[in-house]
Amino acid sequence: MEAKEDLLVVDRLKTQFFTYGGVVEALDEVSFEIEKGEIFGLVGESGCGKSVTATSILGLVSKPGRVISGRILLDGEDLLRKSEREMNSIRGSRIAMIFQDPTSSLNPLFRIGYQVAEPYIHHQRRAKRKALSDATGILAKTGLPDADEKARNYPHELSGGMRQRAMIAMSLTCEPDLLIADEPTTNLDVTIGRQILDLVKDLQREFGASVLWITHDMAVVAQMCDRVGVMYAGSIVEKTDVRTLFRNAKHPYTERLLRAIPSAATSSDRLEEIPGSVPRLIHPPTGCRFHPRCDYAAPVCSETKPLEREVDPGHWVACHRFSGPKDGT
Amino acid sequence: MTTALFECRNLTKFFPIRNLFRETARVHAVEDVNLTIPEGGTVGLVGESGCGKTTLARTILLLIEPTSGQVLFRGEDMVTRTKRQLRQFRRETAIVFQDPYSSLDPRMLIADVVGEPLVIHRVAFGEDRDDAVLALLERVGLKAEHMYRYPHEFSGGQRQRLAIARALAADPKFILLDEATSALDVSVQAKILNMLNGLKADLGLTYMFISHDLSVVRHLSDHIGVMYLGRMVEYGTREQVFDAPTHPYTRGLLAAAPSLDPDDRDRAREVVLQGEVPSAVEPPSGCRFHPRCPVCKAQCDSERPALVDVGDGHLVACFPA
Ligand SMILES: Nc1ncnc2c1ncn2[C@@H]1O[C@H](COP(=O)(O)OP(=O)(O)O)[C@@H](O)[C@H]1O
Ligand SMILES: Nc1ncnc2c1ncn2[C@@H]1O[C@H](COP(=O)(O)OP(=O)(O)O)[C@@H](O)[C@H]1O
Ligand code: SF4
Ligand SMILES: [Mg+2]
Ligand SMILES: [Mg+2]
Repeated sequence: MEAKEDLLVVDRLKTQFFTYGGVVEALDEVSFEIEKGEIFGLVGESGCGKSVTATSILGLVSKPGRVISGRILLDGEDLLRKSEREMNSIRGSRIAMIFQDPTSSLNPLFRIGYQVAEPYIHHQRRAKRKALSDATGILAKTGLPDADEKARNYPHELSGGMRQRAMIAMSLTCEPDLLIADEPTTNLDVTIGRQILDLVKDLQREFGASVLWITHDMAVVAQMCDRVGVMYAGSIVEKTDVRTLFRNAKHPYTERLLRAIPSAATSSDRLEEIPGSVPRLIHPPTGCRFHPRCDYAAPVCSETKPLEREVDPGHWVACHRFSGPKDGT
Repeated sequence: MTTALFECRNLTKFFPIRNLFRETARVHAVEDVNLTIPEGGTVGLVGESGCGKTTLARTILLLIEPTSGQVLFRGEDMVTRTKRQLRQFRRETAIVFQDPYSSLDPRMLIADVVGEPLVIHRVAFGEDRDDAVLALLERVGLKAEHMYRYPHEFSGGQRQRLAIARALAADPKFILLDEATSALDVSVQAKILNMLNGLKADLGLTYMFISHDLSVVRHLSDHIGVMYLGRMVEYGTREQVFDAPTHPYTRGLLAAAPSLDPDDRDRAREVVLQGEVPSAVEPPSGCRFHPRCPVCKAQCDSERPALVDVGDGHLVACFPA
């Protein structure tokens, strides 16, 4: 295999929210990298920090939050050192995003076609008529039926799945190097969700973009991603290629989580439970944040945060049970 | 032989769409559904959104009146019931929705939220009620200290436990769970599903379980009905429906659900359903599924396929190949 180049490197990213109730330690030194042309999945239960990771990369962390430390390198350039204006331009050209709720990025007052054409008109200064016909072309590419007609509709006139397609079309107009997708199929029916997965995969192959695919759904990860990071309470606890994750998960949380999912094999049986519940991130547990719920917790687990170790080539685990020869930092 | 707790016969629910003067069209939400819910069983209901699952559920529970057809509860027709019968029916049935936020009054203390059905159904008052509420909370894994708090102080999973405690209050025989675990995280969902199975065994409950998550339905249900645009297109045991899906819609639905095995990823993409559910106002003629059907035949756009037994009670509404 030829050596792949990293498009994005997230290095020990720490983001916190300074609320009246205390400091929410949302991201505790999150590190991962996304190769060129790769779909990297970020998976975990709600509140573990997936969306904050996305907004940190985009420079859009909401108040009262702030990136405290770390580096976010896009093709070697640290996004945390960019000005607001530079970030604005990067978001319109090199990084695009799609969200769970397309209505948040579609303006209800403008026709779909115009919204997709806007970057052509404003950034690329194409003539309006040309831009609109190019937009219709992109909309058709996303599988929107009767794209000509739908381009003249307002967002509320489309179904949820069609709005999601329109948002994908908007994200493609700038031909981004990195597409960040934050749970774009979560509110859709399985059938429509599947169509969107297939669509993004096809477009990704065609355009060669890298994708950060955020989801809480392990099955979506299995079908969509090349490599994946499992998040728990603000940290990536395990990071590996997708097959290894489903065949040979090593972190106690990943292992437990995979066994809690109902499947053909679990019919009528008791599902395995993970004792306790997800901690709040104001004064989170010390050491390994999973230790209060972990079957294997040893005294060291509540004292020191486990470093990421490479237990097999490309398979990283942050757990004191695995102290490999190589250091993760 | 198990007996039927519920039987729906040709159950139909149309919602009229009116302008100021008259009905201009109608939504064919549920049409001509026949369904038996055996006592002590769990019947799962699947289908894309807009296929009529919630409407069927609400019609079965007489929360909305059917346009036509019968709902038999222990053999008695509930559509033409007496007031007394209805009161008894309300006690014996309960419903839990997806969103515990909207079904729990934010201004009510938990003791009142959970205890309300006890008062409405004149089961217990005053201190007796409080004792009963405490027992209910313990049943669903909550504690005495939770009684005098408000719903917003609870997490999503705890709120769903509260909704279940409230549903259990009047000692029902039947609980309808409409996307009850859909908003929960996997680890919370596992606990609630285990609890539901435990309650069913302990209390001899019968469930109808609606979810868009096919693996959850498969886990919990012994029988499964598949709905498409208001009609039941397939019905059978879990094994019949999941291991030998026969209606093209069921096959497409199952193929669309992502699998936990990365090696399945390029599995038969072409069987994944294309397009979306059409409008229920002017639904397609003949077999409602024909415009999306990969094996559509000559008669499909004009004749309506009946739901017929293809063997051992496995019902399918599709013309044979
Ligand atoms: N604006 C905010 N103010 C305070 N805390 C926040 C804010 N946004 C996110 N958080 C906290 O950061 C953590 C991670 O949230 P998020 O990234 O949204 O989780 P996920 O997307 O994985 O569900 C959570 O504990 C959440 O409460
Ligand atoms: N109160 C109502 N008035 C008019 N139409 C309704 C009403 N409730 C549901 N519908 C319509 O009936 C159809 C079935 O809806 P529903 O039973 O909610 O489906 P599901 O639960 O399978 O998503 C949909 O087309 C929906 O828009
Ligand atoms: S570090 Fe300790 S507590 Fe954390 S997962 Fe590993 S064994 Fe469990
Ligand atoms: Mg999120
Ligand atoms: Mg519904």
